[in-house]
Amino acid sequence: MATNVTLFSAWRRVLKRELILAYRQRNDIITPLIFFIIVISLFPLGVGPEPEMLRTIAPGVIWVAALLATLLSLSRLFSNELHDGTLEQLLLSPQPASVLVSAKIFSHWLTTGLPLVFISPLLAISLDMPFNAVIYTTLTLLLGTPILSLIGAVGAALTLGLRGGGVLLALLILPLYIPVLILATGAIIATSNAFPADAQLSLLGAYLIVAAIFAPWISSYSLRISLD
Amino acid sequence: MIFQKYAAPKYFYPLAGKCLPWFAWLCILTLGAGLYLGLFVAPPDYQQGETVRIMFIHVPAAWMSMFIYAVMAGAAAVGMVWKIKLTDTFISAAAPIGASFTLIALLTGSLWGKPMWGTWWVWDARLTSELILLFLYLGFMSLQSAIDDPRRAARAGAILVLVGVINLPVIHYSVEWWNTLHQPASVVRADGPRIHSSILIPLLVMMGAFKLFFVSIVLLRMRSEILENEADSRWLQEQGA
Repeated sequence: MATNVTLFSAWRRVLKRELILAYRQRNDIITPLIFFIIVISLFPLGVGPEPEMLRTIAPGVIWVAALLATLLSLSRLFSNELHDGTLEQLLLSPQPASVLVSAKIFSHWLTTGLPLVFISPLLAISLDMPFNAVIYTTLTLLLGTPILSLIGAVGAALTLGLRGGGVLLALLILPLYIPVLILATGAIIATSNAFPADAQLSLLGAYLIVAAIFAPWISSYSLRISLD
Repeated sequence: MIFQKYAAPKYFYPLAGKCLPWFAWLCILTLGAGLYLGLFVAPPDYQQGETVRIMFIHVPAAWMSMFIYAVMAGAAAVGMVWKIKLTDTFISAAAPIGASFTLIALLTGSLWGKPMWGTWWVWDARLTSELILLFLYLGFMSLQSAIDDPRRAARAGAILVLVGVINLPVIHYSVEWWNTLHQPASVVRADGPRIHSSILIPLLVMMGAFKLFFVSIVLLRMRSEILENEADSRWLQEQGA
């Protein structure tokens, strides 16, 4: 049976399975989203409601909240599959594991990154961002959240099944998220000051491409180590 | 060929034991000389006064912090390609030393920054990069301590170090772009060092001392780790250790 499954159809089947599972456990999609909204709405309460201040901190606040929301959802990326044994089947399958893992990462982005992208204009407007900056917030999230899922997958694979996995994952992954944070907020700040942000967007795109090439491969290698 | 032989703990352990006193004594000598040159011989800076002497600790420590991470990454790559167990021992022995040097660089930098810049800490690119390096070291060490199985700990740690070293330039340049206040590099430059030899010589002696310190401590730590891992092996009992 295995011989007549092409690589792409295997990839599609893994993705479909992931999306069905995500749809059946909608909570897992909604919780990071609500977390994202709550964290952002805490900031006006913490620093005061002056629009000037909010406009200044908005790019950083939205992006840090996005990092944390992604981080929150990463620990479930492989853990259910570890417990029910699907992960071993995935690694044993004749298709290259890195390709199948990339389907899992893609579905992780579809279910956690993409909702953040959709809700972000609303939050950006609530923080009194100018119109250009709202667009760039959404754009940088669209480019940046896949990177978060990709790099996060490596961390999730390395910390799979360890005690204190969640906090450990944060410790490993957050320093690696720094370039994304700097580039994305840099792009938003540049546009709100009427400067071109092409350089930041290009670099973010480059980082995405490099991460998309290497992260699935490193994650599947890490998964093998964790399951050994 | 000779390297392959000494990659085995059985041969490495006595070799390290023989080398250790040499490195340790050399380290003590150069450290004494470097401290004497730095604290008593080198003139106070015309702008920075006596505080410039902090540099003789700060600069070598900062160099070491980056050097050790680079060596760890090199060892991780070598260990992954040639499946040498000794590199795992080296990496886990080196990480706490690297983290300590990073911490020393940060603390001495902060002590220097207060009289010079007027603040203990600024969010400058180099300081921030160094802080992130400390986070990378801490992440590595907590990953290693969270995994019980030593083989898995070593392999997962090697991957993390390699992922970190791929990311380090990206982090460094993005942070540099983000904000820069620190003075530019003044020792390693294409047109020759830009500091006077009265400062440069003690700096280089201290650099050598720190390197020797690192080698001595790493050998010591590797030896004790080998003792722990190979407690049941025959060669160790034959040596009567």
